[in-house]
Amino acid sequence: MAMWRCPRRPSWLFCKSMTEDHWGLYVHIPFCLRKCPYCDFNSYPRSRWSREDRRRYVGAVARELGGIGVSCAPVSLYFGGGTPTTLPPQDLAWLLGLAKDKWNLGEEVEISIEANPDTVDGEVLQELRNAGFNRLSLGVQSLRDRDLAILGRSYDVQTVHRALQDARLAGFTNIGVDLIYGIPGQSPQDWRETLEGALELEVEHISCYSLQVEDHTPMAAAIMRGELALPPEDDWLEMFQMTVEILGKGGYEHYEIANFARPGRQCRHNLLYWKNRWYLGVGAGAHSHWERRRWANVKDPGTYADLVAAGMPAVEDERSLTEGEEMDETAFLGLRLLGGVDLGEYRRRFGRDLGAVYADPIAQLTARGLLEQADGQLRLTTRGLPVANVVFAQFIRD
Amino acid sequence: MDQERIRNFCIIAHIDHGKSTLADRLLQQTHTVSEREMVDQILDQMDLERERGITIKLQAVRLEYAAKDGKTYTLNLIDTPGHVDFSYEVSRSLAACEGALLVIDASQGIEAQTLANLYMALDNDLEIIPVINKIDLPNAEVERVLGELEDTIGFTRDQVILASAKTGQGVEEILEAVVERIPPPRGNLEEPLKALIFDSHYDVYRGAVAYIRVVDGVVKVGDGITMMSSGREFEVTQLGVFRPHMVSVEELGAGEVGCLLASLKDVKDTRVGDTITHTRRPAAEPLPGYRAARPMVYAGLYPVNNEDFEALRTALEKLQLNDAALSFEPETSAALGFGFRCGFLGLLHMEIVQERLERQFDLNLITTAPNVVYRVTTTDGETLVVDNPAAFPSQGSITAIEEPYVDATIIVPSDFAGPVMELCQDRRGTFQTMEYITPERMVIRYSLPLSEILLDFFDRLKSRTRGYASLDYEFRGYQESDLVKLDVLLNGKPVDALSCIVHRSRAQKRGRQLAEKLKEVIPRQLFEVPIQAAIGGKIIARETVRALRKDVLAKCYGGDVTRKRKLLEKQREGKRRMKQFGDVEVPQEAFMAILQVDD
Repeated sequence: MAMWRCPRRPSWLFCKSMTEDHWGLYVHIPFCLRKCPYCDFNSYPRSRWSREDRRRYVGAVARELGGIGVSCAPVSLYFGGGTPTTLPPQDLAWLLGLAKDKWNLGEEVEISIEANPDTVDGEVLQELRNAGFNRLSLGVQSLRDRDLAILGRSYDVQTVHRALQDARLAGFTNIGVDLIYGIPGQSPQDWRETLEGALELEVEHISCYSLQVEDHTPMAAAIMRGELALPPEDDWLEMFQMTVEILGKGGYEHYEIANFARPGRQCRHNLLYWKNRWYLGVGAGAHSHWERRRWANVKDPGTYADLVAAGMPAVEDERSLTEGEEMDETAFLGLRLLGGVDLGEYRRRFGRDLGAVYADPIAQLTARGLLEQADGQLRLTTRGLPVANVVFAQFIRD
Repeated sequence: MDQERIRNFCIIAHIDHGKSTLADRLLQQTHTVSEREMVDQILDQMDLERERGITIKLQAVRLEYAAKDGKTYTLNLIDTPGHVDFSYEVSRSLAACEGALLVIDASQGIEAQTLANLYMALDNDLEIIPVINKIDLPNAEVERVLGELEDTIGFTRDQVILASAKTGQGVEEILEAVVERIPPPRGNLEEPLKALIFDSHYDVYRGAVAYIRVVDGVVKVGDGITMMSSGREFEVTQLGVFRPHMVSVEELGAGEVGCLLASLKDVKDTRVGDTITHTRRPAAEPLPGYRAARPMVYAGLYPVNNEDFEALRTALEKLQLNDAALSFEPETSAALGFGFRCGFLGLLHMEIVQERLERQFDLNLITTAPNVVYRVTTTDGETLVVDNPAAFPSQGSITAIEEPYVDATIIVPSDFAGPVMELCQDRRGTFQTMEYITPERMVIRYSLPLSEILLDFFDRLKSRTRGYASLDYEFRGYQESDLVKLDVLLNGKPVDALSCIVHRSRAQKRGRQLAEKLKEVIPRQLFEVPIQAAIGGKIIARETVRALRKDVLAKCYGGDVTRKRKLLEKQREGKRRMKQFGDVEVPQEAFMAILQVDD
């Protein structure tokens, strides 16, 4: 079992208020009711693992969590998947309890859990809330039944409404929903319906991801066979712009390429990723970033559980980062935020000016109207947002 | 050495008919290499050759064979390259032999290169031993191939050896036939030295190494020698033979094959086909058949990053040490900057050079579409030799243009004769002859402009004949043609490196196809890019690359930044291989687009 010392806190950790930026803990639960045809995450249909196997997995996660040698408390906990709520709520409560005891965590810490509408009811949500989860991220994806069918989701819009109602009743006051656009067969008008429906949900946070068709998924195969077709690019662009406009008018701040939040309700855990801060991931395939290293655990839940049970490190892929790589990653991850990269903070962290390190790309991209600098921040322009990759690629140095 | 105990021979075959495997087997059978040393296809030394499964550089190996007559013979096996680009090298290695094994695949039969090589061997008066190889294959058609050899070439059945280089069957018989049927060399040891250079290569430590066949006289270490084509003089520092690694010897006499070192700076001093003689007592006449390597195909090579120009020059110089057929001259392109116009023997040669530059020297290159050498007569009555379409004189000042033609030999199942002839006609070919080899297969001969062969001819031929056709060609001469220059404009600006020369009757169509193809290969940029094809200032085709409007990654899931980074690195890597024209980024494929236009 790998052990981490309490980090010697580098000075940059102090540059912002201590309550906001520290480190985050991610817990991966790789089970789902079923695998969606577009999904290439590290997740597996629950039925592939016996109840006993899943219990063993939870035990392994608990053991890995218990072995973490960082004494200062995380600022956020995030239970993601897969679908964490495919596990019995008692298991989730137990895991959370271990973390809470270990670091003496209270309500001030953001503790998120992902769920799908068809895996929760009032009782489950109440148990989760009671256990200390205080932020719910619901994988809604669409508010049109036809889209849900194409995405292979096994619930309907009504179920979504019911789940949200139950969540409110259970006492969740910080709820986010995930939506997907660019679904095969979806028109801009269809997407407008989902967006307008989303406003009526009155949640605190909305993520709108563009459907990414990954190789080797059933959806990619269906597109190859010509059975499904992605919306044309012009439609896609219209949907993107519509998202920004409708959610903006609805009182949501567009704070990251695909994320919108009510004031003060940004997802603190995800902000750690975008600000390239440190985080530890436990569970199969979970990713970590600590000091100058990134690593990932083995993906297969069974192998993961075996390794942990044997007291061996479950790390599969580990690499050290050079300072240059760390700088690149801090730049392109930070540019995902609408506020951009804080130049002062960047200088304090690396001792060099972002503007000097990437002088050429910044000049070119600014001339093309994709980047802008204002108020001590470097950020994407409205034009730059839909072609963000073109910009990011320029921040990868040799 | 007693010439009666020497046999010099080579193996000729169509590509993939198993020449290299047979060579390996002969080495094994004669214990020239031990089982342990055996690397498959040991004669093909270079990685590239092994990867592509073809032989580029020929070599000579000495085998000691204890024959059934109780005597031990020295068999010199001279490996020959197996590609039409290197046919001159083939002819010189044939000239170093008295006999040849003609290897034919039992499942394929006679192919175009089988015939081309056979005729070349007969021109050199070689004794031919026909071998049907791969008889162990389930689809072997020994009877049919025997019939072809009887009908087409006139061998009798008992002359043909049935073999499988893979299993070793027939190999002993082949070695016996080499001893019995191939005549020993008949050189005169007393005559002035005449040694034929049939290959050379550059060795970093030893300089250029000449592979020679001594025809008359004896050459010894310390001798003063003269290269008869250039008159340049050297002193022999080392002589060697290959078994298959070099072993030093003190002298090489008439009939022997080996290598010669003489502080030769580069392979330009050891021209293939040249004759080496003694400086003190020179031969009156060189051996016949020498000609300087003549590039047939030219292309511009440009570094993607302009600052790599000097590195490219150094790399080309290094390659040239080992490749006398490669020529290069600095040139400037308005679009691509500083680069080199390079001359190659053919397309394969070009690809090999390109690959070595990128692999061995880690250079990032743009190669322009290959073109032939045109002869242009201007209104001033001058004849210009033009090896670059961009350098073509303006239409008004041209009175005549000539282009190189080749005689092409195509062997194909008779069912496909129609499609083949159609293709040749479409490629401005002139029909010459057509004969049946067997009732099912025929030889078709066409005269074709070489430039049309560069236009993806072989792949088209293969696809029209389900892979059955084989092709060989040789240079025939220059012929007048009605040609025009096709220009390409990107974003309204002409890109000289995309210009090409086309026949007037096909100009419209090619222009359209080229614009369409460019639209496919030029990636979308952040703005619209118009593509235009023009002849003499008149736009004949227009396409538009639509602006890129969407390029955004999905969420950074669970903090997997490494995956994001890899995607971005890939994107950036793709970009690095592109050449920037103003704001437009053009990938290497664009420069080859003309070769892939659909008919």
